[in-house]
Amino acid sequence: MKSQISIENVSKVFGRHKALNNVSLEIKEGEIFALLGPNGAGKTTLISAICGLCRQSSGNIKVNNFDTLTHYKETRNQIGLVPQELPLDGFESVYNSCQFSRGLFGLKDSRDHIEKILKTLSLFDKRDEQIFGLSGGMKRRLLIAKALAHEPKILFLDEPTAGVDVSLRRDIWRLIEDQKKMGVTIILTTHYIEEAEQLADRVGIINSGEIILVKEKTALMSEFSKKTTFIRLSKKLKNPSFMKKNKKISLTENGMTLKLVGINNKSNELQSIVNMLSQNGIAFTEINTVDNSLEDIFLDLVETQ
Amino acid sequence: MNIQAAITIYKFEMARFRRTIFQSLVAPIITTSLYFVVFGAAIGSKIETINGVSYGSFIVPGLIMLYLMTESINNAAFGIYFPKFVGSIFEVLSAPVSSLEATIGYVGAAASKSTIIGLMIFLTSNLFVTHDIKYPLVMAIFIILTAITFSLFGFIIGIWAQNWEKLSIIPTLLVTPLVFLGGSFYSIDMLPDFWQKVSLLNPVFYLISGFRWSFFGTSEIPIALSIVAILSFMAICLAVIAIIFKTGYRLRT
Ligand SMILES: Nc1ncnc2c1ncn2[C@@H]1O[C@H](COP(=O)(O)OP(=O)(O)O)[C@@H](O)[C@H]1O
Ligand SMILES: [Mg+2]
Repeated sequence: MKSQISIENVSKVFGRHKALNNVSLEIKEGEIFALLGPNGAGKTTLISAICGLCRQSSGNIKVNNFDTLTHYKETRNQIGLVPQELPLDGFESVYNSCQFSRGLFGLKDSRDHIEKILKTLSLFDKRDEQIFGLSGGMKRRLLIAKALAHEPKILFLDEPTAGVDVSLRRDIWRLIEDQKKMGVTIILTTHYIEEAEQLADRVGIINSGEIILVKEKTALMSEFSKKTTFIRLSKKLKNPSFMKKNKKISLTENGMTLKLVGINNKSNELQSIVNMLSQNGIAFTEINTVDNSLEDIFLDLVETQ
Repeated sequence: MNIQAAITIYKFEMARFRRTIFQSLVAPIITTSLYFVVFGAAIGSKIETINGVSYGSFIVPGLIMLYLMTESINNAAFGIYFPKFVGSIFEVLSAPVSSLEATIGYVGAAASKSTIIGLMIFLTSNLFVTHDIKYPLVMAIFIILTAITFSLFGFIIGIWAQNWEKLSIIPTLLVTPLVFLGGSFYSIDMLPDFWQKVSLLNPVFYLISGFRWSFFGTSEIPIALSIVAILSFMAICLAVIAIIFKTGYRLRT
């Protein structure tokens, strides 16, 4: 897949604070890219720089090989942006607000298109209502509708599901997948790991204005994947000698459970541990294995920084 | 050029005007009527004619200018301040819209609104005084130039203002006094020598004087000077706006 957005050595300084520190990143055409990072990591700042809401202090950003500063018309034409907050003019009606968004991109009003989007986002019944009267969830839907009003090729969603209810989150996830099928490139920021895990083709982790890592999600998962196995014992154990030899084993729950971290499937490690327990006459009632989620990987990475 | 975007912003702003048309028009019409009753009929009857014009007629151009200037500034300042305040300006800033296109949309709408208000005041004045307009074309040009120029000025204030107090401080502390002292309700010939000279430093004086000339064919200063004054002010505002957009001042972080 060819690169659609190319960010080269971009830094952004606010006073003394470096919100972005020499960020380089390529976004490929048609992918879903999740930018994952804790609050204040610089996610919104990076999106703002690409979309024209803020100017980078140094470095270049190109969209389809056009520079975002010198050829902003060409670059912004492609982009739809759903911001993190709910910045809306409450006096306007839902339909007119979408029409306004479309018009800004130089497109003639298309009732068909706007009504179609409003239907997809369950806003059609509200089309003539003032934005004031909408619930928070409805406003977020409207911001998505506005971003799609000019049929963008690239869609930015800044924490689209932060603070929304389960049904809206499902709807947004479905919409993102539909847009991807239509060939739209999607960049979403989130601090919900679950979201990146669910949707992304690739994940970039950003912390303190720096990109720590960019990987295919599946590669990321398998590379960092560590299984944790819990063996529930019938009797309480106290510092058995075999634990000293194997660093992967520890005792938890007051000696009632053995915790095995990063057990290797290929070398039958679990089998040999179970054998060893039998040899030592230690009985157990339950074996439980859990996959580490992206969340753990993420926390590991951010904490070891 | 993304003309569609300029038209879109223009229409959107005019829609806001239509939603509040009652307040927008009724307030100026009532106030103007009061001016005519108080100054034109009550006090005006005690004042002799000024350069052969009755006092009631004399204040018509001043009143129209007063509203044209203050409404232009307020409309344009609010038009850009409000989306900045609620955050919806992000849409314009992230769209393929140039500073020129945005300015045409916002300033054009503000100027249109104040022109409509100015015309309403003119029509209202016809209920109280009768007057022939000597140079209607010059009058129209003056109205349009003033509306555009002061809308540009208001646009700058709206971008500069970071809170509601700042939004209204320049109109109340600077513009209203300049308009009142610029000869809206009197001829500067009535002032003592010293204050006549001071009035010449007031840019608004040149506009009111020129506008009055288009009504009656007489004024304190040559009409050309008035035209030069308004065009210079417009050029200054345009230059400031160009700098604002070039540097992203108060719009882009
Ligand atoms: N306009 C601004 N002025 C000053 N500091 C800012 C501004 N915008 C963002 N920052 C700072 O930059 C850092 C990154 O912010 P942001 O990009 O919003 O983070 P995120 O979206 O990842 O939560 C934060 O420390 C924030 O306080
Ligand atoms: Mg953010």
